[in-house]
Amino acid sequence: MRRTKLLQVEGFTSFLSSLMAIAAGLLVGLIILLISNSKDAIPAFVTILKGGFEDGAKGIGQVIYFAIPIIMTGLSVGFAFKTGLFNIGASGQFTCGAFVAIYIGIKWTFVPPEIHWLVALIGAMIAGAVWGSGPGLLKAFFNVNEVITSIMMNYIGMYLVNMTIVKTVYDSLKNQTKPVLKSAILPKAGLDKLFNTSNVNIGIIIVILAVAIIYIILQKTTFGYELKACGINKEASRYAGINEKKSIILSMVIAGALSGLGGGLLYLSGSGKYLHVLDVLAPEGFSGISVALLGMSHPIGIFLSGLFIAHLEVGGFNIQLYNFVPEIIDMIVAVIIYCGAFALLFKQIMIGIIRKPVVEIAADSLNTVQTNPQITASTEYPAADEVIIDTEENETEQREEL
Amino acid sequence: MEYVIEMNNITKIFGNFKALDDVTFKVKKGEVHALLGENGAGKSTLMSVLFGLYQAEKGNIIINGKPVKINNPNDANNLNIGMVHQHFKLVHNFTVLESIILGRETVNMGILKKDDARKKVMDLSERYKLKINPDAYISDITVGMQQRVEILKMLYSDSDILIFDEPTAVLTPQEIEELMKIMKELVKEGKSIVFISHKLNEIKEVADRCTILRKGKYIGTVNVDTTTKEQMSEMMVGRKINFNIEKKDIKAGEAILQVKNLVIKTKNSKKNVVNDVSFEVRKGEILCIAGIDGNGQSELIYGITGLIPINEGQILFNGKDITKESIRKKSIDGLAHIPEDRHKHGLILDFDLKENSVLQTYFEPKFQNKGFIKFNAVREYAKKLIKQYDIRSPKNEDSVVRNMSGGNQQKLIVARELDRNPDIVLAVQPTRGLDIGATEYIHKQLVVQRDQGKAVLLVSLELDEVMDVSDRILVIYEGEIVGDLNPKEITVKELGLYMAGSKRSDEYEKN
Repeated sequence: MRRTKLLQVEGFTSFLSSLMAIAAGLLVGLIILLISNSKDAIPAFVTILKGGFEDGAKGIGQVIYFAIPIIMTGLSVGFAFKTGLFNIGASGQFTCGAFVAIYIGIKWTFVPPEIHWLVALIGAMIAGAVWGSGPGLLKAFFNVNEVITSIMMNYIGMYLVNMTIVKTVYDSLKNQTKPVLKSAILPKAGLDKLFNTSNVNIGIIIVILAVAIIYIILQKTTFGYELKACGINKEASRYAGINEKKSIILSMVIAGALSGLGGGLLYLSGSGKYLHVLDVLAPEGFSGISVALLGMSHPIGIFLSGLFIAHLEVGGFNIQLYNFVPEIIDMIVAVIIYCGAFALLFKQIMIGIIRKPVVEIAADSLNTVQTNPQITASTEYPAADEVIIDTEENETEQREEL
Repeated sequence: MEYVIEMNNITKIFGNFKALDDVTFKVKKGEVHALLGENGAGKSTLMSVLFGLYQAEKGNIIINGKPVKINNPNDANNLNIGMVHQHFKLVHNFTVLESIILGRETVNMGILKKDDARKKVMDLSERYKLKINPDAYISDITVGMQQRVEILKMLYSDSDILIFDEPTAVLTPQEIEELMKIMKELVKEGKSIVFISHKLNEIKEVADRCTILRKGKYIGTVNVDTTTKEQMSEMMVGRKINFNIEKKDIKAGEAILQVKNLVIKTKNSKKNVVNDVSFEVRKGEILCIAGIDGNGQSELIYGITGLIPINEGQILFNGKDITKESIRKKSIDGLAHIPEDRHKHGLILDFDLKENSVLQTYFEPKFQNKGFIKFNAVREYAKKLIKQYDIRSPKNEDSVVRNMSGGNQQKLIVARELDRNPDIVLAVQPTRGLDIGATEYIHKQLVVQRDQGKAVLLVSLELDEVMDVSDRILVIYEGEIVGDLNPKEITVKELGLYMAGSKRSDEYEKN
C-alpha cells in the first residue's frame, strides 16, 4: 500500500515537471507567433491549444492517426534507453518496416485475405528487428557505439528502400509506392464510425497492446530485470552471470521491431499515405526521440506524450488557416524537449513547493522522491554520510543522460 | 593555541533525521586530528559541511579565526581546505597528470602548459614518495594508485588544511606506513590534518587528538597519547568490542577448489599478471591470499570467477573442471564472490535493495514464474536478509542502494552471497572501508561459513585481518605465490617480508 502511494506521488511530480516544460514550450511558441504575425497570433495560439479538440470526434481521430507512428518509435527509443542504449536508428527501422509491410501488402497475394494485414504487420516488425539488430550485434561483439551505427543504418535503410521500391512496387507517375491491396489495410473495427474519420483503425489497439507489453516486460519480468541491469551497470550484470551481449542484442531487436511495427501501422492504415522515393529520413524516427524524452522513457508516459505531440501537430495543421506555417509546432516541441532537460530542476522546485519546511537529501529528491517522512523516522537512519559523495556525480550523470 | 578549524554546534538535518546533532569540532594548527566514528556516525557529513557540500541548519564555522560561510567546494578550496574523498572523484579517461592539475591548470593564452605542471607534480611525487606514472590513465591504475593521485592533487593545490577521508582503507601495510610518515611530515610543515578513520591502530600512531562521534552526536575529544584503544572504541561504539576472533579448531577437509598453473595476461602489461599459480582451498578452512595491492590477486580472483579470461591453467571445483564454464554456471554450482569493487561489480546502485538482493538468483523458481518476477517473494526475501544480517537503510527493502552507506551496501552483498549457501566464498577485501562493528560482523560470518565445513578464499591487504581470520596464508608477489604460511607460526614482520618480495618459501624458490 505504502509503496503504491509513494509511486503515485513520485509519478505525480514527474508529471508536473513535464507539464512545466510543456508550458515553457508553448510560451515560446506564442512568442514566435507574435513575432511572425501579431494580429492573428492569439487566435492561432488558441487553435494550437485546441489541437485535436477543434473538430470533435474527427479531430480526436486525427490525433490518434498522427500519434500511432510516433508512439511506436517513441516506445522503441524509450525501451532502448531504459536498457542503456540510445537507439537513434528508429527512423531507418521505421522505413524498413513500412516498406516490407507495403511489399507484403502488394505482392503476397497468396496469403489468405483475412490475415493479410496481420502478416504484413509481422513482416514490418521482423524488418525493423533485423535493422535494429545490426547496431546491437556490433555493440555487443565489437563495442561499436550504437549511436554511430544506427545513424548510418538510417541512411542505408532509406536508400535501400528507395532502390527496392523502384525495382518492385513503384508507381513511377507519382514517384511513390503503389497502393496496397484492400486485404492488407488494417481493419477499422467500427472505430472509423466512432471517430467519424477513415484514418482510425485497430492500429491504436495494437499500439495500446505494445505499450502494455513493453511495460510488463520492463517492470514484471526477469527478462526486463536483466535488460535494465545491463543498461545501468554492465559490469555488475556480468558479475551476476547475466549475458550482457544477449541483452544488448535483444534490446536492439525489440526496439527495432517496435519502430518497424510503427512503420507498418502507418502505411497500412489506408489513409492515402504512400512511401515516397525521396532522399529524406523518416521524421517519425526522430519524433520518437522527442516522445521518449517527454515521456521520460516510461511506456505509459510515452503513450501520453505521443498523443500530446500529435495533438499539437493537428493544431499545427489548423493554424495554416491563419497563414502560419505548421513548422511552428516543431519549434514548440523542440523547446518542450529542451525544457524537459531541466525536468530535474523543475522536479526539485516542485518538491520544494509540495514539501514546505523540511530539508531534503539531494540524493533522495533526485532518485526517489521521499514523500513519507515517517518511514525514515521510524527506522534509524544509519548513514547519510556516504550518500553525499555520490550525490554530485549522480546529478551530473542524470543531467548528461537527458 | 590557535584553532585553524572551529565548527561550533553544527546541526544538519535530512528530512526528519538529524545526521549531526550539535556537534563541535576544533582542530589546532599543526596537528593531526582524528575523527572517529562508525559508519553513519556523521563523520563524512561533518566534513561535507566543512567542505561546502552541505549547509548546516545550525552552527557556525570559523577558519583561521575568521567566521566563514562555505557554500560550495570552491569556497573551501579558496580557504585552502583540501579533501581526499573516500570514493575518489577522478575522471576515468584522464591521465594521472591531467587529473592532478584538473581545476588548477596553468595556462598560457588558453593553452595548457603541462610541462610546468608535470615538473611540479613530479617534484611533489618525489618529495612525498608517492610514486606515480603521470601518463597512465586513471581507469587503468589500481585503487591504491588512484588514492595517491587524490593526495597529490590536494598537495598540488597547496592546501593548508588537509582532510583525509578514510585514506588507509585501500592501502597496504607498507603504504599505510608511508602515509603515516607523509602525514607527520606535512604537519611539521605547518599543515593541519583531519584524519577520518575507524582504525584505532592508525589513530594511535599518527594522531595527536581525536574527536569521537556516535550516531550524529558529539561524544568527546581526547588526547590520543593518554587514551587506550579500548576506551576509544567504547566511546565510538557505545559498548565493549571483542577484538579477538573466536574460532573453533577444526581440521580442514578435502580440497574443494583447485587452481592449477593459472596464467593470466592483460593488455597493459607484457608480464603475466598471474604467473603459474597453483593452490587448493579445502573444506573448513579460510585461506587468505595476502599481498600488496596490485600483485595480481584481483586478477587471480577475476580469473577464477570468469570476469576476465585466463590464458593457461585449469580450475577444478568439487573435482569438476570449471575452467570454461560461464559465470552463471559457476554461481549456480556454489561459488560465491564478494567482489573487490562493490560499486562496479557488487551492486546495481540504481536498483533498490530488494532488486539487488536477488542479483544472481532472480531466475530461480523461488523468485520467478514463467519469466515473471514474483515481487512478493523478492520483497519477503529482502526483508529476511535485512533482518538476519542487520542491514540498515533509509527505506528498508525499497531503498535505492546508491543512498545506502558503504557499510550497509557491503553487508547487503555479504548477506546475498552467504545466503545462497555456497560451497566456497571468494571474499575480496570484504571489510574494506567498514567500521569496527561491521568488520567484526563480517569476520564472524566468514568464520561461520568455515565452521559449517564450507571454504573461504579471502583476499586481504590488511595484515590484522590476514593474521586473525585466516587458517592458512598464501602470499602473492608479482603474480606468483611466494609462500604458504601458517598464521600461528609467523610474525607480522616476517609476513611483511614475504609480501615485499624479499623472502620466499623453499618450495616456491625460483628456478
